[in-house]
Amino acid sequence: MNLQPATLQSIDEVITHYPADQKRSATLPLLHLIQEDIGYLPPETCEWVATKLGLQPINVLEVITFYPMFRQKPIGRRHIKVCRTLSCALVGGYKTCEQFEKEFNTHRGDISPDGEVTIDFVECLASCGTAPVVLIDDDLHEKVDCAKAKQLSDQIKAEAKKR
Amino acid sequence: MAAPAQRRIIFQHIDEPGYSNDLACYVRNGGYEVLKKSVTRPPAELIDEVKKSGLRGRGGAGFPCGVKWGLVDRKSGKPIYLIVNADESEPGTFKDRYIMHQDPHQLIEGTMISCFANNVKQAYIYIRGEMPHGARILEKAIAEARAAGFVGKNILGTTYSCDIFVHRGAGAYICGEETGLIESLEGKRANPRIKPPYFPAVLGLYQCPTIVNNVETLCHVKYIVEHGGDAYTKVGTPNNTGTRIFCVSGHVQRPGYYEFEAGKITLGQLLYEVCGGPLPGRTFKAVIPGGSSAKILRFGERFKGKRKVGAEMVDYDWGVEDVPMDFDSLGMIGTMGGSGGVIVMDDTVNMVEALANINAFYSHESCGQCTPCREGSLWMKKITTRMVHGQARNEDAALLKSVADQIPGRTICAFGEACSWPTQSFIAKFGDEFKQYPETKKTAKPAGAHELV
Amino acid sequence: MIAPPKPDLVTVNIDGKEIAVPKGTNVIEAARLVNVDVPHYCYHPKLTIVGNCRMCLIEMGLPAVDPATKAPIIDPATGKQKINWIPRPQIGCGTNVSPGLHVKTTSPMVKEAREGVMEFLLINHPLDCPICDQAGECKLQEQSTGYGRGYSRFIEQKNVKPKRTQLGPRVTLDDERCILCSRCIRFSKEVAKDDVLGFVDRGSYSTLTCFPGKQLANNYSLNTVDICPVGALTSTDFRFKMRVWFLKQTNSIDPESSVGANTVVWSREGQIYRVTPRRNDEVNDTWMADSGRELFKAVNAPDRLATTASIDTLVAQAAALFKANSTPGAIAVVGSGRSSVEEQFLTKQLAAALNATASTHLVSRVGQGDKLLISADRNPNVRGALVTGLISALPSQKLTALAAAIDAGKIKVVVSVGEDLAAVGLTAAQLAKVSFVYLGTHVNPTSAAAQVVLPTLSVFEKNGTFINQQFRLQKFAKAVPGPSGATDDLIVLAKLVTAASARLSSAPLAAIPSDLGSLWKLLAAEVPVLGPITYANLPETGLLLDATPFVALPFVEGETLHFKPVAPAVAVTV
Repeated sequence: MNLQPATLQSIDEVITHYPADQKRSATLPLLHLIQEDIGYLPPETCEWVATKLGLQPINVLEVITFYPMFRQKPIGRRHIKVCRTLSCALVGGYKTCEQFEKEFNTHRGDISPDGEVTIDFVECLASCGTAPVVLIDDDLHEKVDCAKAKQLSDQIKAEAKKR
Repeated sequence: MAAPAQRRIIFQHIDEPGYSNDLACYVRNGGYEVLKKSVTRPPAELIDEVKKSGLRGRGGAGFPCGVKWGLVDRKSGKPIYLIVNADESEPGTFKDRYIMHQDPHQLIEGTMISCFANNVKQAYIYIRGEMPHGARILEKAIAEARAAGFVGKNILGTTYSCDIFVHRGAGAYICGEETGLIESLEGKRANPRIKPPYFPAVLGLYQCPTIVNNVETLCHVKYIVEHGGDAYTKVGTPNNTGTRIFCVSGHVQRPGYYEFEAGKITLGQLLYEVCGGPLPGRTFKAVIPGGSSAKILRFGERFKGKRKVGAEMVDYDWGVEDVPMDFDSLGMIGTMGGSGGVIVMDDTVNMVEALANINAFYSHESCGQCTPCREGSLWMKKITTRMVHGQARNEDAALLKSVADQIPGRTICAFGEACSWPTQSFIAKFGDEFKQYPETKKTAKPAGAHELV
Repeated sequence: MIAPPKPDLVTVNIDGKEIAVPKGTNVIEAARLVNVDVPHYCYHPKLTIVGNCRMCLIEMGLPAVDPATKAPIIDPATGKQKINWIPRPQIGCGTNVSPGLHVKTTSPMVKEAREGVMEFLLINHPLDCPICDQAGECKLQEQSTGYGRGYSRFIEQKNVKPKRTQLGPRVTLDDERCILCSRCIRFSKEVAKDDVLGFVDRGSYSTLTCFPGKQLANNYSLNTVDICPVGALTSTDFRFKMRVWFLKQTNSIDPESSVGANTVVWSREGQIYRVTPRRNDEVNDTWMADSGRELFKAVNAPDRLATTASIDTLVAQAAALFKANSTPGAIAVVGSGRSSVEEQFLTKQLAAALNATASTHLVSRVGQGDKLLISADRNPNVRGALVTGLISALPSQKLTALAAAIDAGKIKVVVSVGEDLAAVGLTAAQLAKVSFVYLGTHVNPTSAAAQVVLPTLSVFEKNGTFINQQFRLQKFAKAVPGPSGATDDLIVLAKLVTAASARLSSAPLAAIPSDLGSLWKLLAAEVPVLGPITYANLPETGLLLDATPFVALPFVEGETLHFKPVAPAVAVTV
């Protein structure tokens, strides 16, 4: 595992949040930290985390595959998560998702051909009063109708061009 | 009758111009004064205030908070843990998000008061993975509070020590279930535990006594300790004390969050007056009053029976609009107040499609432990999805009901109910629409209707 | 009225039948005691309780008491204490008995619950019983006849999951058949301490898997096959070999160590197809090692000893050897810790008749114990040799005394009961100096060098008893007939004893019996500790003998599943 020193430091710090004989509790925090560092959880994650926390690798794999936020494959530079659940769907969540798919010429679950985004249709993001909502990386965007989806997409594309 | 004014206790500062989520702002507004007073009082007295207040949990089940605290095994000699359930996931609910983002110190103060009252050694805030900013804000706020002596070692110069750590989830609705949450916090798949024997109050986190309280509930605790349990009972209605935050979403003019005294506002007042009624040219068709697992109500249906008012039993004859928004009234008419998430659907919505959307959610979120929920939730999803995107059959309504009936009451946790109540209630209330669906499908959708699945 | 319970017993009522059961018993086990079957999948008496399959739902009620006074509330209609029935079904596995607990297992609520669970379990199941090895011993199949609908209401696409996965060298997984009961996962973690199995993904898509790059290869892996209630985990070896309903079951004992795991040998028409564990809560619970399951393969091995000569001819040849070496002390006997108690008893008689009591030996076999069901003593019956008096001290791994006696020219003939002397320290030169009478099942250097070879039977082909490390006398029975040209060890030994007695001028012994019934009368007479026992009345789970005379001996075993050494085990080098 090729982790940045800061990540390793955070990992050691977060383990201290739990009783010394309950290091397993740090499984989710460690997975978050690794994913934030590398972008996804490479195959060696299970063994690495298991060794770090005194577990068996299967214990880690069971956890990774239970929680949808953990991914075992790389994604695009930006992660667009469109809420699919009822309150958002009632005011056009499906159209919002399709708009993003159209903008980036891709399909939900895939990396766009330019490698810029991965679009996922996810369950309730707990911001139903400002539906439809979209989480782009860590930032929540509210009332994202098709027009706003287009605007957000343009922004992402513009930033990509600058790079 | 005009709707009462909002009574903002918990959301007092939410969206207040100039109010920021840092410690200085919180202290400027009287923050941590309640904690300062609390640590000078006997802990048992604080628990008594909460018991007297009649506070019911705001996470969904409405279980009395004082009773929950009373169940904690204080003789085991093991440390007591408190977990803040900030895994706000019930579709239609979005109140805790604002507390954590805009007023995190309110939660921290409520948490520390509750910890002190219960002699808690360590608290964790289990926050949804999808709220990364929320987690950061909380972590920063806790650090501030720790530096100021409100959290951590020897708080406020006393001998009492208790720290708070933030623990992020990773996208699992089932972590809202308290024993699923505990499993997740222990670093495992969030499979809820069997009860008996694993009641959190006795065998919770690390097999130690554990209190799991919702974010909003702990904020109420702060208010209760500040004003006294008796004073709190004057807010709201008997057995439904305090305020409730209603999160309104879907087809209304002004969706959003509104805090009212519990039971003092009807569903009709909330939707028509507070939220501005249906969208132009539309009419309300259905409403789910307490998060997406609550049983749906159909506008036009009537509820009759007897209810207790004071010491007397009086007849009631309510339309959907007349139902007071409190745990007991909503329970009486066969649904629930749940987490306060009110989802409104107007006449553009086809109920088969709406149910298909809900079923997709619950089948995605079933942990997969118990056979009825694991298989039943996916089966219901497959049926409703097929009805929308494939062939719909006349007999599907009866089959859906039969499948749903085989789930509740037969699973480890309440997810069995959560995933079957929508189907049961949709079929009960809109059975005609399900039977007609094979024909409806052939006709054009109403203008403005959105794809739901 | 419910009778006042004995201390630590709790009286419960199951389907109207009252029974007193120990505290801590769950409803499934309590019901078993009154012959009421509560169907279940995830529950296993030797694993932790998870309560996830929901098949064991029962209706449950508790005696009503006045909340204020705690006085019983009497139902005027019956005059008995009222029962408050809980309106939702409860799991039998996770519900422990409490005083006055009432259980219904046949009520409409229970029936509906079981039918519901059954239907759910089957919707994503491939229903491929005709090609499934589990058919005939499949809980899903059995319970679908009781609670299944008989037709399917499921017209959707079934979930697709991996098929024919090799989880390890001996276990094959079909994930589509898996009902996610997690028994195998719990066994691997809790009993085998080899945490390699787990579920990946979530909900109905949850899939049993072994961690990629690892294997379910521990020596207890096949227990997962035994406890899999459906056909998800099957034995790679047994797969597609035979329908289980054609197989005869014979109770036996795993001979690979002094643990003496109880087993069942499954055979048809003289051929063994598999060996599985048999529950004995005092010895092996419901488990056995994989290694013990493969031992039957030696039965039909090409190096199996057999003869075309008649047994009497061979015994006469041995008698001639004995006669030719009638000097007292010229014959040595090497008995075996793998022989049965009865065989060891006859071996002792043989040694006496040959004047060889002073030069009777036993070979010890020592390996690493696995702390579970294989002990350090790899002989199944060293304690039998002690109890019968064949030996009085613990055996050693090398027969140095015998070697010295051969070197000294004292020993001329060695009778070996199944022991290869080349393997226990005798040199080729020493072997060449003596004549051998060899009783055994398979070819080895000693049998090759022997003047007389008497082919005998394996543990699967005969009746007998072993005494395990706990001094528990346990019996095994003949599952299949021996090959032609091999004779039951008891018959061979009895004939040798008779022949040896005739050699001596003293009065020949009355004919030594070779049948177990008569032999046990002799055993009982000569070995007081076996006094009240007969082969026939020995319980299938064995009988603990008084070990007092032997406690001071430095046995080699360390701790195993149900055994703790009396004194710290002496360190042994393997």
